[in-house]
Amino acid sequence: MEVTTKSMPYEDWKDNEYIESLVNELKASGTNVIVGSLDKLINWGRSNSLWPLTFATSCCGIEFIALGAARYDMARFGWEVARSSPRQADFMMVAGTIVHRMAPVVRRLYDQLAEPKYVIACGGCAISGGPFKNSYHVLKGVGEILPVDVYCPGCPPRPEAMIYAIMQLSRKVKVEKFFGGVNRKENQKEFLKNHPISETTN
Amino acid sequence: MANIQETIAKQFPEVEFAQGETLELNVPDAKWHDVAAALKNDFGFDNLRALIGMDWGEELGIVCYLVNSKTYEMIRVKVVADGRENPFLHSVTDLFTVAGIYEREVFDFFGIKFIGNPDMRHLFLRNDWVGYPFRKDYDTNPTLNPVRLDHEETEDTTVEYVEGADGKIHKEERVIFAPEDFVVNIGPQHPATHGVLRLRTAVDGEEIKKIDLYLGYIHRGIEKLCEGLTYPQTIHFTDRLDYLGALMNSHCLCMCIEKALQVEVPRRAQVIRCIMDELMRLNSHLLAMGTFCMDLGATTMLFYALRERETILDIFEKTTGARMTFNYNVIGGVRQELADDFVSDVKKLLEIMPKAIKEYNQVFTGNVIAKNRMEGVGVLTPEAAVAYNVTGPAGRSAGWNYDVRRAQPYGIYPELEFDVVTCTEGDSMARFKARITEMEQSCRIIAQLIDNIPEGEICAKVPKVIKLPEGHWFQEVETGKGAFGCYIESTGTTSPWRMKFNSPCFCLAGVVDHLCRGQKIADLITIGGTLDYIVPDIDR
Ligand code: SF4
Repeated sequence: MEVTTKSMPYEDWKDNEYIESLVNELKASGTNVIVGSLDKLINWGRSNSLWPLTFATSCCGIEFIALGAARYDMARFGWEVARSSPRQADFMMVAGTIVHRMAPVVRRLYDQLAEPKYVIACGGCAISGGPFKNSYHVLKGVGEILPVDVYCPGCPPRPEAMIYAIMQLSRKVKVEKFFGGVNRKENQKEFLKNHPISETTN
Repeated sequence: MANIQETIAKQFPEVEFAQGETLELNVPDAKWHDVAAALKNDFGFDNLRALIGMDWGEELGIVCYLVNSKTYEMIRVKVVADGRENPFLHSVTDLFTVAGIYEREVFDFFGIKFIGNPDMRHLFLRNDWVGYPFRKDYDTNPTLNPVRLDHEETEDTTVEYVEGADGKIHKEERVIFAPEDFVVNIGPQHPATHGVLRLRTAVDGEEIKKIDLYLGYIHRGIEKLCEGLTYPQTIHFTDRLDYLGALMNSHCLCMCIEKALQVEVPRRAQVIRCIMDELMRLNSHLLAMGTFCMDLGATTMLFYALRERETILDIFEKTTGARMTFNYNVIGGVRQELADDFVSDVKKLLEIMPKAIKEYNQVFTGNVIAKNRMEGVGVLTPEAAVAYNVTGPAGRSAGWNYDVRRAQPYGIYPELEFDVVTCTEGDSMARFKARITEMEQSCRIIAQLIDNIPEGEICAKVPKVIKLPEGHWFQEVETGKGAFGCYIESTGTTSPWRMKFNSPCFCLAGVVDHLCRGQKIADLITIGGTLDYIVPDIDR
């Protein structure tokens, strides 16, 4: 099964091994005919209308604005409905540095996203702390507090790179099984169990 | 200047003087408030430009830069605190309003408490933060301050340190919000705060009674990071402060280092820097205008503004290779030669800009909704602009005729013809229009230079290993937001002892409360948008 998006031929993707492993995982679990086609329908719908949460803390966010404007025009892909409320969004594009004071806020936003939810770590800062890695107040990547689905490197990533990242995410969505089984929510749950929000001490 | 020295020396014999870049005063803490009052009332130094916390190893203290808002003279004052255990200094909040948040910053980073500052809380760091990170003996052990996922407590009261008649200092509680106040929390994740700013807003129906500002949601500790890096390594951070003024910020830091090294920048590099600065200003104002209009519901304007911005970004990209974080200015000049079609591209831009500006005005400025939303909203007086240290388009549209390019001229600006855009209304409309007029002026500056880029070197010869002599330097430039300053203190090594970025946006955020009181809550968006602060520049 070749998982791709409409605008890009399968061979042009850089990391097909990964998506193939996901496909195999999907196949191995076996599919019921009726549920299988329902899954396809649902995934077709979801992968083509991923709504981002408007969430940007710094420089990378400006490139995200550029992504929405006429030149890069993410409306072509069905992502333009940037929501200000996490309740209405599908994924969170963490664009910018995440610092200690912001960490609980990011986590709360993530918790407020409706399931199924995804995270893209966009830019060096969100991946690893970027240029500010050694700072006393910067997280070494948003991966410390959230389960990340796609990493998008750059400082800032060009809007093209961001498009590629979101397309990767929509590919990932396509190989999910909605009714039970392989939808990788288990990994998320485990991550969140290992990174609990500690009780407030006061 | 001699006059100041004589009079102050007579009044306060304890004050020591030195002459560096400016007149320098070394004031003991006991006399600091009185000296500040004398400087303000007798000599017109009514604008506190910078208040910089310092750790000299043995002692803690502050360095202040005061500006005379009329003659643009500048002086430097140094005040040293007593001991490291529990240092106190006297506050000057009653003289310079902006000192209020500056002193809170110093308290947060250095642990110096200010007697008489009505609000001694953390500003950037969580209120359960352990230690003072900018002190040289700060313990960086990550177990002391792990990544906490629980929310910090929000306090409705604060403390003030008061000096009794017997000289003893005691704590007094101050109320920020009374229990009967209706407080709405806005931010840190809110589309209209232009970044991660948190405002706790007390409202009475629709009307704003008070705003309490929370910063630090993007505090990256850049100044502290700089202390561990060599000078050339620090420059790229300036691109990431106010990323819409990237080239101007790095220009500032480079000039500060060049001043210390006494390097002469080649003429060609100077001209290129100047053109780039003005292109950057266009870029900054365009985005400010676009996002502001979007906040008011005019999304079309965002697309129009970004259309021109993309043209400018193309010009940048061809020469520097980047769309945003350029790394273009280096010590001694610029990094790369101009792209081959730089001149023709810029000329094309100069052609389309007047038409575009006309279009913006047609679409938005004259619009009756825009007028009703902006006129008479958030009025800033020139006195308040000086007291709150509001520089840039916001300060000028309030009637304070201060532009660093004219007040403390740098680069080749003295040779250029341009108007300092000033008006007197001080409301949101004035701030909005001031940016559009400044875009015209930037085009005018670029037009003067684009045909006259001289041949020659693009970078001066600088030593491989850059070591600054012992001393301190302060340099300012005019960015799209206001006066951006760099302060370097060096002990003669390859990395700075202290590097401070004095950001205009910090003061812009500090004035929000003042402007919003008595306005409707919807006007908060208009006021914030026309002030045009960039949060990573506030938090650094
Ligand atoms: S990755 Fe680079 S551009 Fe993005 S937020 Fe970090 S410093 Fe800014």
